[in-house]
Amino acid sequence: METVINVQNLKHYYGEHLALQDLSFQVSRGEVFGLLGPNGAGKTTSVRLLNGMFEASGGKMEVMGFTPGTQGEHIRTVSGVLTETPALYERLTARQNLKFFGTLADMSDSEIAARTDELLKLFDLSDQADVRTGTFSKGMKQRLALARAWLSRPKLLFLDEPTSSLDPEAAVQVRELIADVRQKEGTTVLICSHNLDEAQRLCDHLLIMRKGSALATGTLDDLRKLVSTGLWLQIHLLKPFSDWQSTLSGLKGVRKFELQDETSMKIEVESQENIPQVVSALVMKGAQFLKLQPQEISLEEVYLKLQNINKENGGFHNELAKN
Amino acid sequence: MNWRKIKIIAWKDLLEVLQNKSVLISLGMVPLIILVVLPLVFLIVAGQTGSADAFKDPDIQIMFERMPAALTQSMQGFNDTQTTIMMILGYLFAPMFLIMPLMSATSIAAESFAGERERKTLEALLYTPATDSELFFGKALAAFLPTLVIAWISFILYSLVLNIAGYPLFGAVWFPLPSWYPLVFWVTPAIAALGVGATVLISTKVQTFMGAYQTSGSLVVIVLALVAGQATGVVYLSAWVGIVLGFIIWLVAGILFFLAIRKFNRKTLLLQSTG
Repeated sequence: METVINVQNLKHYYGEHLALQDLSFQVSRGEVFGLLGPNGAGKTTSVRLLNGMFEASGGKMEVMGFTPGTQGEHIRTVSGVLTETPALYERLTARQNLKFFGTLADMSDSEIAARTDELLKLFDLSDQADVRTGTFSKGMKQRLALARAWLSRPKLLFLDEPTSSLDPEAAVQVRELIADVRQKEGTTVLICSHNLDEAQRLCDHLLIMRKGSALATGTLDDLRKLVSTGLWLQIHLLKPFSDWQSTLSGLKGVRKFELQDETSMKIEVESQENIPQVVSALVMKGAQFLKLQPQEISLEEVYLKLQNINKENGGFHNELAKN
Repeated sequence: MNWRKIKIIAWKDLLEVLQNKSVLISLGMVPLIILVVLPLVFLIVAGQTGSADAFKDPDIQIMFERMPAALTQSMQGFNDTQTTIMMILGYLFAPMFLIMPLMSATSIAAESFAGERERKTLEALLYTPATDSELFFGKALAAFLPTLVIAWISFILYSLVLNIAGYPLFGAVWFPLPSWYPLVFWVTPAIAALGVGATVLISTKVQTFMGAYQTSGSLVVIVLALVAGQATGVVYLSAWVGIVLGFIIWLVAGILFFLAIRKFNRKTLLLQSTG
């Protein structure tokens, strides 16, 4: 698949402060790529550098075939950016905001007018087209900001914390719109987020960052394997069961088990082939099953584990990133 | 540079300015008070019976004697009341006229440059394909053009007030005096450019509209120096002085613009807005 973003050993300093160190990743055409990390991890700096806002201190980058350091203007012509705050002109109407940004993106007046109507309708803002955006709710502002980022049909969308500070309903709306944008036009999307649930839902590939460097990169499954190669089973029993420890200790394929309360437990097995023998051993000892549910490790668990491993190692470099 | 982009940036900034009541009030009130209300009150009082004696004040006579011969000669043939009005509203008021383009230029430029950062809209603007130069000139134009329009409309209003309210005293159209033409069409644009250049430079250091506006407002000392200079007889804004003064201000404005353009780039603006 064609590579849209190629970053190799990116390094950046703000004065004396090292903001990015040896960051490398690739984004393929049409995929949704997530940059995850706590505040100060270097996500926003990465987006700024990829858009050629200023030159990097070191490393190599290519975005849509352009070099950001010298061809930022070309990159910004084919990309759209949703900044962390909606950054709308609140004294202007929704239509005036889109007219302004459309003109700066070199769209013709007729193109802007048609696209504005189309996007306002899609984003459910048609009735507010000529209303000053200062009166909009947070959700409406974020939808309009997304419409602005998508206005010129960019081939590449950068979304910085797209649902931060939104209520759950508005966040769902915005997530649906992002999925819609990608599906309708095959746009490549790079999302910066610390909302792990959102990243798990939207992203094909993930890069977990901390203090300017990569902790790990890959699909969610790749990342799960980094922290645990097994499978967790959540078991709920009808009645309390006291023999669980003697039953599961030493049972083939069982790695770990945790009693959560008198009737529920979590068991980590090596693979799904081990499930029947675990169930059978427990039933034989009198356990009465109410529910058994295989549980995949969430991105949140992966993320927290990776961040903790890095904290314990106490530094930038982590071998996980190289896997 | 893409002219269409420059125009839309100026259009957007002007739309925003038109919605900012504090800027609008300062843009409207200053010319109204200085160039309409004050001269009107002065001319009405001057037209009252007995006011002629007041104009024989020795202090006014001293000021009159300090004026350059070329200017006093142009007032020959007029009576005491008329010469006093010409001296005050025709000459001493001239530097006051320059307050207006200075205030308009600095308030609009502060709103346009520092205001953008204050309202946190700057970053989205910097992510557009517009070049640094297009952004700079669009914003500079948004402050420069309305300033000229306001100044020239004010000049027309001032001329109307002086000729209509002064008609009972002069019996003829007497204003503008020749020294006003270089002032209005040469010094005023220079002052506007100076205000814009200084405000852009200040805006790269100051985070808020009010901060930028108040700091650049200190440029008014230039105008106050001219007022004091005329009152004490050190300098008089004759046509030639206006031309030379305009040339000096254009030169300083040019240097400020050069420095401002160098400072106005994405890196400086972004680091400042996050720092």
